[in-house]
Amino acid sequence: MGSNMAEAHPVGFQWVMEAKARGAKVLHVDPRFTRTSALADKHVPLRAGSDIAFLGGVINHILSNDLDFREYVQAYTNAPFLVGEEFADTEDLDGLFSGYDPETGTYDTSTWQYENGFPEDSVEGERHREQSAGEQHGSGGPKLESGTGIATDETLQHPRCVFQILKRHFSRYTPEMVERICGVSREDFLEVCRAWTSASGREHTAALVYSVGWTQHSMGAQYIRAGAIIQLLLGNIGRPGGGVLALRGHASIQGSTDIPTLYNLLPGYLPMPDSRHADKRDYVESIRGTHQKGYWHNADDYIVSLLKEYWGDAATEENDYRFDYLPRIDGDHGTYRTVMDMIDGKVFGYFLLGQNPAVGSAHGRLQRLGMANLDWLVVRDLTMIESAEFWRNAPEIETGEIVAEQCRTEVFFFPAASHVEKEGTFTQTQRMLQWRDRALEPRGDQRSELWFIYHLGRILRSELAGSTDERDRPLLDLAWDYRTEGDGEFPEPSADDVLRRINGVDLTTGELLDSYQQLTSDGTTAAGCWIYSGVYAGGVNHARNRTARTEQDETALEWGWAWPANRRVLYNRASADPQGRPWSERKKLVWWDAERGEWTGHDVPDFPKTTPPEFEPEYGESGPGALAGDDPFIMQADGKAWLFAPSGVADGPLPTHYEPHESPMPNLLYGQQGNPARKVYGREDNPSNPSPPESGGDVFPFVFTAARLTEHHTAGGMSRQLAYLSELQPALFVEVSPQLAAERGLENLDWAHVVTSRAAVDARVLVTERMRPLRLDGRVVHQVWMPYHWGPSGKVDGDVVNDLLGVVLDPNTMIQESKVATCDIRPGRRPRGRELLDYLAEYRRRAGVTVETGTHVMTADTTASDTTGPRATAPDATTQDATAQGTTDREEDA
Amino acid sequence: MGVSDWIRSWPVYRQLTGADRLGRGDAAASPKSREREPRTADADRVAASVCPYCAVGCAQNVYVGSDDAGERVLQIEGNPDSPVSRGRLCPKGSASKQLVTGDHREERVLYRAPYGTEWQELDLPTAMDMLADRVLDARRKGWQETDADGKPLRRTQGIASLGGATLDNEENYLIKKLFTALGAVQIENQARI
Ligand code: SF4
Repeated sequence: MGSNMAEAHPVGFQWVMEAKARGAKVLHVDPRFTRTSALADKHVPLRAGSDIAFLGGVINHILSNDLDFREYVQAYTNAPFLVGEEFADTEDLDGLFSGYDPETGTYDTSTWQYENGFPEDSVEGERHREQSAGEQHGSGGPKLESGTGIATDETLQHPRCVFQILKRHFSRYTPEMVERICGVSREDFLEVCRAWTSASGREHTAALVYSVGWTQHSMGAQYIRAGAIIQLLLGNIGRPGGGVLALRGHASIQGSTDIPTLYNLLPGYLPMPDSRHADKRDYVESIRGTHQKGYWHNADDYIVSLLKEYWGDAATEENDYRFDYLPRIDGDHGTYRTVMDMIDGKVFGYFLLGQNPAVGSAHGRLQRLGMANLDWLVVRDLTMIESAEFWRNAPEIETGEIVAEQCRTEVFFFPAASHVEKEGTFTQTQRMLQWRDRALEPRGDQRSELWFIYHLGRILRSELAGSTDERDRPLLDLAWDYRTEGDGEFPEPSADDVLRRINGVDLTTGELLDSYQQLTSDGTTAAGCWIYSGVYAGGVNHARNRTARTEQDETALEWGWAWPANRRVLYNRASADPQGRPWSERKKLVWWDAERGEWTGHDVPDFPKTTPPEFEPEYGESGPGALAGDDPFIMQADGKAWLFAPSGVADGPLPTHYEPHESPMPNLLYGQQGNPARKVYGREDNPSNPSPPESGGDVFPFVFTAARLTEHHTAGGMSRQLAYLSELQPALFVEVSPQLAAERGLENLDWAHVVTSRAAVDARVLVTERMRPLRLDGRVVHQVWMPYHWGPSGKVDGDVVNDLLGVVLDPNTMIQESKVATCDIRPGRRPRGRELLDYLAEYRRRAGVTVETGTHVMTADTTASDTTGPRATAPDATTQDATAQGTTDREEDA
Repeated sequence: MGVSDWIRSWPVYRQLTGADRLGRGDAAASPKSREREPRTADADRVAASVCPYCAVGCAQNVYVGSDDAGERVLQIEGNPDSPVSRGRLCPKGSASKQLVTGDHREERVLYRAPYGTEWQELDLPTAMDMLADRVLDARRKGWQETDADGKPLRRTQGIASLGGATLDNEENYLIKKLFTALGAVQIENQARI
């Protein structure tokens, strides 16, 4: 779901086909019929943006028919844990959970806590809204004060146990509701339920694959939570052939999160310190509870080792390892916020390092206007991309909004070295690092990012040498003594040396570390990214392991290196039953070897090696030692997988169906229309199309979605310049159904233009039955789909599809909702120049769009008396625009 | 050529008598195609690499040769040893030779002055020095020592960065490290998008 794997991850898709050939059933639930659907056993189209309603239906089907893998659920999830009495569900509050503050649009999560689990020091209000809560809490989820001593009911009967809460929460997600909200027939829905639930139990597993068709929503994190709940109920996590597989979109996008260039993270999912942290102790205590279980309890080891790598000898115990050198965040500093700050004149310099936001980010116009209001811009790329030349080829040149002679931004373009001209590691989608050898030297001024940053740092440090300004100390004390190769003033820094220091070193012996378990908080280890510790175990660069697949078993532990500790399946302790025996012979992966007293198997066990299955920690124990023998989820504060998230998620402990920010449909389940915690920006330059209960939505009656093609790559900087790829996909097009084409007078291969309150975009029409109008709740919904790879430069050019989108974000990840919006489509080309601006203004006027549109996020009526059952009032089709309403959703990108 | 040689050169004869009974390989090859060599045959060396496009991480073999103009990439192929890709590459991966050798690649630093309408060339060391000055200036202009309550922030809001997801881990590491030491916090990546 939310993935077009055959198109976007084609070589990976060979394994799906291989599984199919061996008898696996492949189901594709996705708005559009794609290359993936064509190869699946069954394709089920659904309305874009309605996935949680569908998944909630599956959860309800499992729970009301007792189809969960009970032994797994009881032992390995938090199903038996009791939640405190103050918790109120969406069932009680018309689509809101307890703790909602309508003023700030945020949740105080303190009422979501377990009984007896001490609440975390809930920091809420505007601050919480501004921060990216999910990532803020690291990969292991947020802290609990105590991982032991939580009240439980092993029979799963207590009304406040997670299992019963789950059951009640999803009880209204019936097949009828799925049909009305998603447009999926009952037969199709039940066929998916049957297939999915049959791949469960000791002998069977199912894998769930998603891509950015799930993440790029105003509740993207909750889409994934919903998928994960199903996989947990069916016992499909930590087992071979199971899992929730996130297909990431770029060569090292996984690496860019692990070793982040993200505002709210330090390497290894440690949060960036914020202004509340007076010192390192405060910081560490905000990451972990004193008595919580698992490896996040050792956060102090990880941060001290990082500080030692950053500041070397200057970081000592006496000076708190220079924790004070870290800059503090105190809100949203994400890329979209920053671009608005550029427009508002608050940002002066901008680096684009291999990124082309003028085409590739949502709301391209906002991006380009931001770039046009800087002191300086640096663009480093292989080729001349749109973001470097916005001052002469942006669409705003034509409309007169950007005039080169009046644009003050100074632009530096630095040509980059390609992937074969430098060495280093990418981390691919399964957390596997693969080292690339350098094939040859780059030409002319082409340089790696490593070179660029290393020498920029070197020059800055020499310019500031001798400075007495306290502000310059972090830079002057920085450990910047990486090994270099070659001579002269500008030698190439050694990527190998950087990787060694990422892996970590024992400072007392100078030896490379073998594992993150060796890290300490006493200043004797330095490691740049704790989860990557072990990539250089034994002094060997394991990312460079290249034992041929024919020379090893199918787990292929000798090809590359996967974090953590080369474990290929995360939480694989769950591949054995509570007693430590494989669930079945054919689903064997990791098990307890009683004779040798250790965990063993085909994969590297993701569990303390010698903790026996029957081990029970003392009450009040903490850290890895507090993990019971049947606590497979070793990064979780209680050792269990969370069906219900007592904290750490900004928009609710359970996934709930809300309509997208822009939707033609009212929410049929609750009075609350959209995600009540989504991040909206009501600005003149960021208008929204209206959605129920607002009027005017009929001006943009169709649902818009965009995705990737095999033959191009994201913003096109690496594909539109290539003759082969340009020839394969030469032009921007828009897919519409024959019915919509007839309704709007669109001719196959003729021009049409798609319109939102932000932009109008030209494309060739492709009339195809791949787009199917959906009948739901008495109306027909049409979807409009576009690939988004084009821009004004390159061998093949076209309008920028991302210009159609506005900025509205998921409150957990601060990722934009770009997989669903509303739009209009008209035959013929769009107006040009000034006339385009008038044309868009007229659309906004007709729809009644103001800066307020879409910003009143709370629509629930928490006082209403009829909130105990599904909303009796079906929307009256006669009062809505009963003509076409459209939608789509889709995979792609991050 | 004698008669028997002539007969033996017939594809059908070779197909019936040789190992290639289906006539899809050697039996069907003309002398001309037999003399042909793959372009990889001229390679001086082969470097092991990874496709720079999507996150599947298909393994590549990069064939490097040289001529008067210096070293160049002759071909990029899938590496059959990989347990991920088994030697396969999709259209993008297969086109990556063009990505690295195409004439779209810029070789020189270019500079557009404020209010300028054209690019001009700049030498690399000069550009780096100019940039260093500007970084310090923007950092100063956007500096925030404390928040309204006097709590330390020690940061600048004057500098932002957005990186692509084709950067190496080692590169991302240095980017985050340098910018953090400078006090810049708006350091972002495609991963947010
Ligand atoms: S060859 Fe295709 S599938 Fe493989 S990594 Fe490259 S882009 Fe992805």
